Amino acid sequence: MARSNKPIVWGPFAAGGTLTAFLSPALILLTLLAALGHAPDLFAYDRLHALAGHWLARLALAGVVFLSLWSAAHRLRITCYDLGVRADTLVASVVYVVALAGTGGAVLYLARI
Amino acid sequence: MGERTVEFEVLRYNPEKDAAPHFQRYSVKCREEWVVLDALNHIKESVDPTLSYRWSCHMAVCGSCGMMVNGEPKLACKSFLRDYPGLIRVEPLRHFPVERDLVTVIDDFVAKLARVKPFLIPQPGAAQAGTGEYAQTPAQLKRYKQFTLCINCMLCYAACPEYGLIPEYIGPAVIALGHRWNEDSRDGGRAQRQEELAATNGVWDCSFVGACSEVCPEHVDPAAAIQQVKIKSTIDWYTEHLMPWLNK
Ligand code: SF4
Repeated sequence: MARSNKPIVWGPFAAGGTLTAFLSPALILLTLLAALGHAPDLFAYDRLHALAGHWLARLALAGVVFLSLWSAAHRLRITCYDLGVRADTLVASVVYVVALAGTGGAVLYLARI
Repeated sequence: MGERTVEFEVLRYNPEKDAAPHFQRYSVKCREEWVVLDALNHIKESVDPTLSYRWSCHMAVCGSCGMMVNGEPKLACKSFLRDYPGLIRVEPLRHFPVERDLVTVIDDFVAKLARVKPFLIPQPGAAQAGTGEYAQTPAQLKRYKQFTLCINCMLCYAACPEYGLIPEYIGPAVIALGHRWNEDSRDGGRAQRQEELAATNGVWDCSFVGACSEVCPEHVDPAAAIQQVKIKSTIDWYTEHLMPWLNK
């Protein structure tokens, strides 16, 4: 039996899952605090805006967005399969394209900062 | 210790006589400290000698008495009657063909197990010169020890929804046992085992439901083995395809 090429899609899924587990709760908390006008000084809008101006920060942000979206897309694909939706190629194409489109959108926004 | 009358509903199937499997009721006096296997033995000895099931050690070591107890994969020798207040329904392990009554056909599992070569394939040079001994540190032992505890009871196969959906899936215990040898510092057979473990019907049919680890009576945690194999196979793939200069 041949070794599978599944790692292509599973690698970013696992990386994104790990990232989401550690990062998302902090991001949700910070966003909520910012929305309520209580963001700590270090995370004030101006500072974050300046940070996102640096190319390294942009690359990291694009990476975080891509991995998170990809991880969610892959999880959705597997959930569909487990729920009995057997059109796996179609489901996979749709969810991955959405993740890539989201990443593309984020890259465009980041480039305009 | 007290006695109480317990109602059992046991799946019966004799392929020579029955058109289809059916349930048979037994109402038997059981001692409070009995396990389901004691009750089955009692039924066979004094109520109905035609009842068939597998068992051997009565102490959760041999892995023969796996069956569905009230819908959950269990070792009959580890399922205490005191934990089941009402009717106890006993069926053969899910996802396996029934040979007779509670006895299942396990050929599929045995064939898959053989495919991952669950034995030492010595690593050249790992033996100590002169003595021929294989030295191993406690830390090296710890890497795989948990996966040696598997008793081949197949409860994890009965619990795994993916195995139910995809019969070709090689399954939790086989992956854990292949991984057990891959993680052994004395072993050099990983490349051979990867042909099975890293195949589509190897780890990649797993969607990380985790039921295998929940039902495992020996706390092998096969789901952990599967995830470790996925990570290692992914690293293999990326080094092989994207960093070819790292390949020896
Ligand atoms: S991994 Fe656990 S549940 Fe599966 S066969 Fe081995 S002992 Fe049984």
